[in-house]
Amino acid sequence: MLSKRIIPCLDVRDGKLTKGIKFKGNIDIGDPVEAAREYYEQGADEIVFYDITASSDGRDIMIDVVKRVAETIFIPFSVGGGIRTVEDMRRVILAGAEKISINSEAVKNPPLISEGAKAFGSQCVVLGMDVKKVEASAKTPSGYEMIIHGGRVFTGVDALWWAKEAENLGAGEICLNSIDADGTQEGYEIKLTHLISTNVNIPVIASGGAGTPEHLKDVLTRGKADAALIASMVHYRYYTISEIKAYLQGSGVKTRMTW
Amino acid sequence: MIGIIDYQAGNLTSVARALRYLGESCQVSDDPEILKQASHIIFPGVGAAGEAMANLRQTHLDQWIPEWVQKGKPILGICLGTQVIFEYSEENDAKCLGIIPGAVKRFRKDLQQDCMPLKIPHMGWNSVAFQKDHPVFRGLSDEAQFYFVHSYYPAPADESLVIGWTDYGQLFCAALARKNLVAVQFHPEKSGRPGLQILANFCRWGGEDA
Repeated sequence: MLSKRIIPCLDVRDGKLTKGIKFKGNIDIGDPVEAAREYYEQGADEIVFYDITASSDGRDIMIDVVKRVAETIFIPFSVGGGIRTVEDMRRVILAGAEKISINSEAVKNPPLISEGAKAFGSQCVVLGMDVKKVEASAKTPSGYEMIIHGGRVFTGVDALWWAKEAENLGAGEICLNSIDADGTQEGYEIKLTHLISTNVNIPVIASGGAGTPEHLKDVLTRGKADAALIASMVHYRYYTISEIKAYLQGSGVKTRMTW
Repeated sequence: MIGIIDYQAGNLTSVARALRYLGESCQVSDDPEILKQASHIIFPGVGAAGEAMANLRQTHLDQWIPEWVQKGKPILGICLGTQVIFEYSEENDAKCLGIIPGAVKRFRKDLQQDCMPLKIPHMGWNSVAFQKDHPVFRGLSDEAQFYFVHSYYPAPADESLVIGWTDYGQLFCAALARKNLVAVQFHPEKSGRPGLQILANFCRWGGEDA
């Protein structure tokens, strides 16, 4: 039986973490490679990098970061942010990332999903979804709408429809972020996660709202998520990944306990 | 030197990176002249069986790999590399190298666990129940897990070759060994320390039977 995956997410700008991450002795780490190494040691099952760099110079720096990460940790990791073409994907994958994730760009240009899947295989293409709860309507019958550009722009695209469509186009996995829950640390959006995860046949990573290990247990059991993304709760050292995993294992959720 | 077979199948750099981390010298190549200088061969790969076989034929590696196996020198198959050493793959209806009798099959769509349909591909960390002692799989904790990404699985005709079984709604062969050949369905280069242990063991292995 597969283990549920615990995946820390690191935001990077110009090759540096956007928020310093507190590590042993409360030392702030700004280097994404060091942070990745620390989480690898703590038992992360995978790592997600989200690059919010705007400039092209910054992108070259990110490619260098990806190469250094690939020489340091030996678990899968993905890179998202600013990937607009198959060529962008190729650079990141050749630098050593296992997967790339596309979000706004996929909504604006859906063939990008199939082109990426054809070039590198579906397992390389993660669809990032930023979703907001709305009134159910003819346009958005599921009551969830796709939002793009970091949660600023409503698209009128129904989230459930889009998840299924992206699967048909060849996405290999979905990273599902609830804009409503994001940053609250009050728990994942269970209903949304359950809705998407039980309606597609590809793995779903739940994102947004993690504050305690109980939240992860909830979304991995009731929410039917295959993996859980975490950020602040480990970045600020409220918990270590090993503590979270020990809790999950103790409550009957299969996790990877040896690394 | 460890030779890594290049047949345009996915990202081969991650295997090379893991070997360099372990302090092993390695070379990624599709040229038999270079590969034959290796002490050990790794046959990795991510992608589809049909295309992989077409690429192997083009570089005549489809002839060279069975010859290497014949010579008794160590070879390690990983993921797609493991699949194409069989006779046949349901993926692209592909005739494969035929080094190991048996076929590669697709996971059934109706696989279930705890009344929940299982997703395909089988992607993520899973356990391997090792059946017997083998030099390449020594030093692993019983609780070790390995990273898998695949929709097809190897089904050797002779189940006595199976070294490790994995459970994904059904049991399938995750690791097998025959004389100087070992093959795994998971990715040791992406499986943390236990995976690195397997790669390190392989590099020190002379190809002798367990």
